[in-house]
Amino acid sequence: MFKNKAIKVALVGNPNTGKTSLFNQLTGLNQKVGNYPGITVEKKVGTCQLSKNNIAKIIDLPGTYSINPTTLDENIVLNTLMSASHEDFPDVIVVVADIENIKRNLLLYSQIKDLQIPTILVVNMSDQIQRKGIQIDLELLKKELKSEVVLTSARKNKGIDKLKEVIENYHSLNTDPLANISKRIDADYFINLKNNFPSFPLYKTWLLITQVEEFEELDEKEKEKVRSYKKDKEKLKKYQHKETIYRYQQINEILKKTYRVDRSKAKDLRSKLDKVLIHKVWGYVIFAFILMVIFQSIFDWASVPMDLIDEFFAYLSSSAKELLPPGTFTSLISEGIIPGIGGIVIFIPQIAILFLFVAILEETGYMSRVVFLMDKIMRRFGMSGKSVVPLISGTACAIPAIMAARNISGWKERLITILVTPFTTCSARLPVYAIIIALIIPQQRVLGIFSLQGLTLLALYILGFASALSSGYLLHHVLKVKGKNLFVIEMPNYKIPSLKNVFYTVVEKTKAFVFGAGKIILAISIILWFLASNGPKSFTDAEINFKNKPEIENLKPEQFDEQLASYKLEQSYIGIMGKSIEPAIKPLGYDWKIGIALISSFAAREVFVGTLATIYSVGNDDKDNTTIKERMAAEINPDTGEKLFNFPSGMSLLVFYAFAMQCISTLAIVKRETNSWKWPLLQLFGMGALAYVASFLTYTVLT
Amino acid sequence: MSTSIANLKVGEQGVIKEISLENIPLSLLEMGCMPGENVELLQIAPLKDPLYIRVNGSHLAIRKEIADQILITKI
Repeated sequence: MFKNKAIKVALVGNPNTGKTSLFNQLTGLNQKVGNYPGITVEKKVGTCQLSKNNIAKIIDLPGTYSINPTTLDENIVLNTLMSASHEDFPDVIVVVADIENIKRNLLLYSQIKDLQIPTILVVNMSDQIQRKGIQIDLELLKKELKSEVVLTSARKNKGIDKLKEVIENYHSLNTDPLANISKRIDADYFINLKNNFPSFPLYKTWLLITQVEEFEELDEKEKEKVRSYKKDKEKLKKYQHKETIYRYQQINEILKKTYRVDRSKAKDLRSKLDKVLIHKVWGYVIFAFILMVIFQSIFDWASVPMDLIDEFFAYLSSSAKELLPPGTFTSLISEGIIPGIGGIVIFIPQIAILFLFVAILEETGYMSRVVFLMDKIMRRFGMSGKSVVPLISGTACAIPAIMAARNISGWKERLITILVTPFTTCSARLPVYAIIIALIIPQQRVLGIFSLQGLTLLALYILGFASALSSGYLLHHVLKVKGKNLFVIEMPNYKIPSLKNVFYTVVEKTKAFVFGAGKIILAISIILWFLASNGPKSFTDAEINFKNKPEIENLKPEQFDEQLASYKLEQSYIGIMGKSIEPAIKPLGYDWKIGIALISSFAAREVFVGTLATIYSVGNDDKDNTTIKERMAAEINPDTGEKLFNFPSGMSLLVFYAFAMQCISTLAIVKRETNSWKWPLLQLFGMGALAYVASFLTYTVLT
Repeated sequence: MSTSIANLKVGEQGVIKEISLENIPLSLLEMGCMPGENVELLQIAPLKDPLYIRVNGSHLAIRKEIADQILITKI
């Protein structure tokens, strides 16, 4: 059967227009999320069967109010549409507008249309027309906008077939510009501009001058011309303002003829909900309550699947050991790769649940209210109201959280948010906290209801947030970073969240974690496995040397195996590393075994527990009921003769894990997001120094 | 009477007269906040900042420092 080349379609639109719903409706499950080269913005591409002969490749560009970008996400829209050689340069653009905010949406349409690429306007949420008292003259609107206009209701799957038909016939669309920017602003200036770049649409040239840093498609001579135009910044800014005002005037005239709304029919859900949700008391009470519900559910709902995952990977590991012939390869599989993958998968439940809530809050429009409530408070700490989402998300995992900071438009506020987010208590810290708390905090109740152990955990969460805020405060006063703040946010209408959109967001964010952190965690797990199962000569001779020791004679066979494993670990490369850092960590109350765990924690913090399990040779014998906890509790510090994990050293460890930047995946993502090694190194050494000093003080004061 | 958005009381309206070009982001204009448009102050955040306004059909939150620079005639 004859098949045509896929038509490339770019979806562009304001946030909250239902663009994502439309994308999901057009592509169904035929979509994949990738990354734009070099940056971590998610790129959503899907295919859509238009008709028997034609398919379309749909690219969902990030939501934007204008083609002039203020955030990194929005930059992608400009870059994709400017360069004809861009791999996603569309054959046809679909601008998605929502029926209620059509005026503002048409500004974007008007800009896009002037690029002279075939452009279709989709007016979405058309099911609201009657309820909102809106009348629209579609035929006249098409004429005025010089293109096709399609009414859809993406959530109710209406108008989608019509849209497919229009996309298929994109060749017949009018590509004249809508606004004639040359005449209304400064005719001479723009005629001159046009003559200098005769082959480009005028508006494209204008964007080259006002928005694009460096445009590769030009030759040297043309680049020089662009640079000379760029010089007069004042004038450019003035003309941009004039351009925007002119576009709105034109839109107003068009809408006067084609669009009518009877305000009396509009139900005022917004103002009623706003009265409560951003009330000076109730606003915060409700927000605090929602946070509590979220954290509570993360713990409650995630514990069952996490236990199952844990057991599953332990089972996989032990069956690999049994089934495969003994040797290096088996050891790599059962002790390196399987636990490595398990260490990634175990976090999926918590991350998915957290982002389920975040997605719901964003879809309903509530998140913008939180931004509004929190902005002033967060600004004292050098951040913006928009930093709340990254900070909350950081309690699951810093990687998607740092990526969520992309929405923050001011560079300084965004940078500070990125820098302090790793202080929030991420899920990888929990297993470490759990085991140490169980060791050093007695199982008592305070005031009859609160468990002391639970309160300690809560205190650690508060410590995480408090250190994020106070380091934000410090950075706010220390960092000299230029960059204006362009804080303008839309307060969208309240909506019932679409399950489909929520589902896709959760999948996307979880994927970002699995592929962002996963690769690194896995790689480091394998390196650690290598370092623990290899060593210099003393390691290869370990078995013989161990058998010659006098004290082993009375050991039972299984005890013999355990102690041999422990002895071998001591002689391995990682054992040597642990020993060599021992002098540095002794003042904190740790020995070389904890040193090994600290080093291996750089893969991901929770590796701490697994490493100690290996060191204290647990797990080989299921008959013996001593758990890792009991083994750790019994461990004696040879220097002091006291228990190794006593109250001072345990507290010192808790403090160390609360502050230290022990996550290579996060450092990698910070490098990518800030485009510099400076900031991740600042985090590594700044947080490391803080952790060291704080643990030292904790240990010294408590002993 | 001439004043700025920041001086409105909740529920009061005005018409935008002038926007200080230098310190106002283009994005604000693009969201519909421009001279000649009617603006209503809907709510003020608990700590007096930011401001929640309706202008030209858009519902926006802007910081006080920006609101200070949007001059209006009260109506």
